[in-house]
Amino acid sequence: MFKLKATLAAAAALCLFSSGSVFAEEKVEVLHWWTSGGEAAALNVLKKDLESQGVTWNDMPVAGGSGVQAMTVLRARVTAGNAPTAVQMLGFDILDWSGEGVLADLNQVAKKENWDAVIPDAIKRFAKPEGVWIAAPVNVHSTNWVWANKAIFDELNLKQPATWDELIASLDKIKAAGYIAMAHGGQAWQDGTVFDSVVLATGGPEFYQKAMNELDEAALGSDTMKTVFDRMAQLRGYVDDNFSGRDWNLATAMVINKEAGIQFMGDWAKGEFLSASKKPGEDFLCFRFPDSQGAVLFNSDQFVMFAVGEEQRPAQEKLAMSVMSPAFQQAFNKVKGSVMARTDVDASVLDACGQQGQVDLAEANKNNKLFGSMAHGHGAPSGIKSAVFDVVTAHFNGEYDSAAAVEELVAAVQAAK
Amino acid sequence: MISSPSSQLLDKIRAWLPALVLSPSFAAILLFVYGFIIFTGYLSFTDSRLLPSFDFVGLVNYQKLLGLRHWNTALKNLAIFGGLYISICVILGLLLAILLDQKIRVEGILRPIYLYPMALSFIVTGTAWKWFLDPGFGLEHTMQTWGFLDFQFRWIKDRNMAIYTIVIAAVWQSSGFVMAMFLAGLRGIDTEIMKAAQIDGAGNFQLYRRIVLPQLRPAFLSAFVVLTHLAIKTYDLVVAMTNGGPGRATEVPATFMYSYTFTRSQMGIGSGSAVIMLAMIASIMVPYLYAELRQGGKT
Amino acid sequence: MSQSLDNSLSASRFTRALIYAALLIFAVYYLLPLFVMLTNSLKTLDEIRTGNMLALPRSITIEPWLKAWDTAQIGVDPSGLKPYFMNSVLMVIPAVLISTILGAINGYILTKWNFRGAGVMFGLMLFSCFIPFQIVLIPMARVLGLIGLAGTTSGLVLVHVVYGIGFTTLFFRNYYNAFPDELVRAALLDGAGFFRIFWRILLPSSGPIIVVTIIWQFTNIWNDFLFGASFADFDSQPITVALNNLVSSSTGVKEYNVHFAGAILAALPTLIVYIVSGRYFVRGLMAGSVKG
Repeated sequence: MFKLKATLAAAAALCLFSSGSVFAEEKVEVLHWWTSGGEAAALNVLKKDLESQGVTWNDMPVAGGSGVQAMTVLRARVTAGNAPTAVQMLGFDILDWSGEGVLADLNQVAKKENWDAVIPDAIKRFAKPEGVWIAAPVNVHSTNWVWANKAIFDELNLKQPATWDELIASLDKIKAAGYIAMAHGGQAWQDGTVFDSVVLATGGPEFYQKAMNELDEAALGSDTMKTVFDRMAQLRGYVDDNFSGRDWNLATAMVINKEAGIQFMGDWAKGEFLSASKKPGEDFLCFRFPDSQGAVLFNSDQFVMFAVGEEQRPAQEKLAMSVMSPAFQQAFNKVKGSVMARTDVDASVLDACGQQGQVDLAEANKNNKLFGSMAHGHGAPSGIKSAVFDVVTAHFNGEYDSAAAVEELVAAVQAAK
Repeated sequence: MISSPSSQLLDKIRAWLPALVLSPSFAAILLFVYGFIIFTGYLSFTDSRLLPSFDFVGLVNYQKLLGLRHWNTALKNLAIFGGLYISICVILGLLLAILLDQKIRVEGILRPIYLYPMALSFIVTGTAWKWFLDPGFGLEHTMQTWGFLDFQFRWIKDRNMAIYTIVIAAVWQSSGFVMAMFLAGLRGIDTEIMKAAQIDGAGNFQLYRRIVLPQLRPAFLSAFVVLTHLAIKTYDLVVAMTNGGPGRATEVPATFMYSYTFTRSQMGIGSGSAVIMLAMIASIMVPYLYAELRQGGKT
Repeated sequence: MSQSLDNSLSASRFTRALIYAALLIFAVYYLLPLFVMLTNSLKTLDEIRTGNMLALPRSITIEPWLKAWDTAQIGVDPSGLKPYFMNSVLMVIPAVLISTILGAINGYILTKWNFRGAGVMFGLMLFSCFIPFQIVLIPMARVLGLIGLAGTTSGLVLVHVVYGIGFTTLFFRNYYNAFPDELVRAALLDGAGFFRIFWRILLPSSGPIIVVTIIWQFTNIWNDFLFGASFADFDSQPITVALNNLVSSSTGVKEYNVHFAGAILAALPTLIVYIVSGRYFVRGLMAGSVKG
């Protein structure tokens, strides 16, 4: 009993001592949805880096594709006055939040580390709204990619299609040979991702900008848009019977396992191929959506910093700097399948498709052909994106024909504005 | 009542004590339920987007809501789902209760089997049934591997039939609980009355219609309350099973409201849909509760 | 068992066989999903991919279970579900106890102490059972922030108590409704006060309904996801949030066996509660509907 008292007393004394110490414990609470093996491993690089700087990482994961649940949790946390230190966010969500006056100002750090020079403008638009840095970009995904099983292509003597007609011809051949031509999952956002690429391919970069970024009514209601829907209906004929509701990575698995020939998906699909130990160029092919070469539709995960008070500033700034550090950019993107947000870091650690992607990004940026992907929250606000999804997915599932779809699209976008 | 010999004040407190003790709970409900409902109602008349805003915009949100094809689908689905869910659960629960009440030897084993699904969360239920009904590796695939090559069951991928798969899963989850309620009700029926009626020559059917079913009214009330409550909470189940798909075919008002408020950052419209949802619930529950409680009283 | 009163129908052997058959078929309907989850949680991933979901495992492996509990990826750390289990327990037990006690007192008041407006109050409390939780999120977050309970287990307990009162009051009210008034009157004549009557007379015979209420509340609160995700901090997230993270990861191979093992693990407490107290459950519901 005496020993216990002594131990307790000693412990209490120790606490008193340490609470008065110079090094107050620095911590960051991070809300994100990277909960699977590969993503978590990549995030761990960040965690360990911060720990070596004396900052504790308090993990707050809330899974759910594209952060649907996480964003709800965020609203509750902010309303309660208990915002996390940093939150993973995409595109227009960031802009929405920046308008609420609850974000931290990172300009000091940005200036010191010279972020302005190394982040492409199209991404800066989201990370630095109104001239104030509020987020640290982690990566840049691109959505107008095509992933193909090389064995099937070789078997059928197909070369990478560069135009729409060539694409259709290839799909026909794959289907005729008994494989599933197009691996697809019938979820609204996947339908939307394909739609994104088809709009870009059919109407060209200017049309994409007008329709998907500026939401120009004439563009949305044009004949070009009708052709887009016609093409979507055409693609509908190449999916298998079971496509409805399938998760995207199961569709990728179909391509990996030589059940299907092609998948239209963003470059996070590459992460699946790499996890399955497949090599680009040997086991799978990656190329741009036909007719969209030279242009890049992107979406970028960013850690948005919330205003959490002066006490936590140092830790928060360390987090931001860590995210932007070349070492982290390389380590994370190598695993995730995306390319780096910084243009000045050596890309040779990435695989062949990744390096191609990095080059494409730089080129598109130079030629003003780098557009925020509508389907992934970087083209227009989330209400508009969802409205577009509604129409695209209804049309893809046969609820109405192309002419009606165009009308519905114009109406839906109007209503969501 | 013996009046206390103490002062008038103490008497007054005594008289008010019941109300006093009840008041914290009541106050909590007033604030956290009705207060929030009023708050939501107010928001439905504002231009709230990402977070609540208090700028009044009149009926704009409701106008937009009525024009949304999506919302009409959600309402239709709720009617189909709610109607089927409640009626099938009640019928199935009653049937099972009656069957189990027939002095079944293995009742001790069967009852927990019927009851356990209630212990699972809707997310688990939804995930399990999603897997079970998936044509690719679920029921259809299994039947085909067993030789029934023509067997097809792809409701969950069919735009018109998907909502019925949700009914199947929901009924599976809750009918056991309803059965337990009816079983308890059945066991509470006076044996004397039953015996007397049987001696008088009443047939089985008449027995049930005239004696048993009327005595089950309190059980019906509880079951109806519980099932309606669960039908509205069907958010988790839909999200886990189909996420509103294929397309938007299994959208229900709860998922609609969540989607518009949180995912699409259109809180004004989301609040409007919540108000309509509550109005619909009230229009059914309030008359029913009024009738039952009035009649029930101190039975 | 004296429970089974002699209300059974007069039935022939054939009818009885039919009854047993019907019961059996229904039992299969209820057991099938659990069977699928259980057997597939004991298979290797390869066997699931290539095999048949209803087949028994060729070689049983408990690895998915160990993984789900201990090493599965929930967030940045491969922690499994274990750390979150305690969070749920710390939240559920106080919430269940408090809401049950409140329900009991409320039910007592509403049935034994008639005062003006009691009926209306009960009606209002009952209607509170129907509020969809999604509309509660934002305003509740605000209130929790204002009273300083945001992100704490206590905050979660408060939320669950508030939204459980409607149900618990309903259960106890129905139960005490059937409780003979004469006993209460007699006690009053003997000089017993408000609390004494509750404590000494009603509560001791409330066993069955207490079981019913505890089961209902335990299940609902343990299985809740929305409040747990929105109002918890990183150190108070309940097990449902962790399970969602396990199952809903957006990339990577879907390890169905681990998912199923995790789902069953997360559901174990409620399953055990149901199975252990199942018989009291029916008894409890029954005692409440005893005719006056």
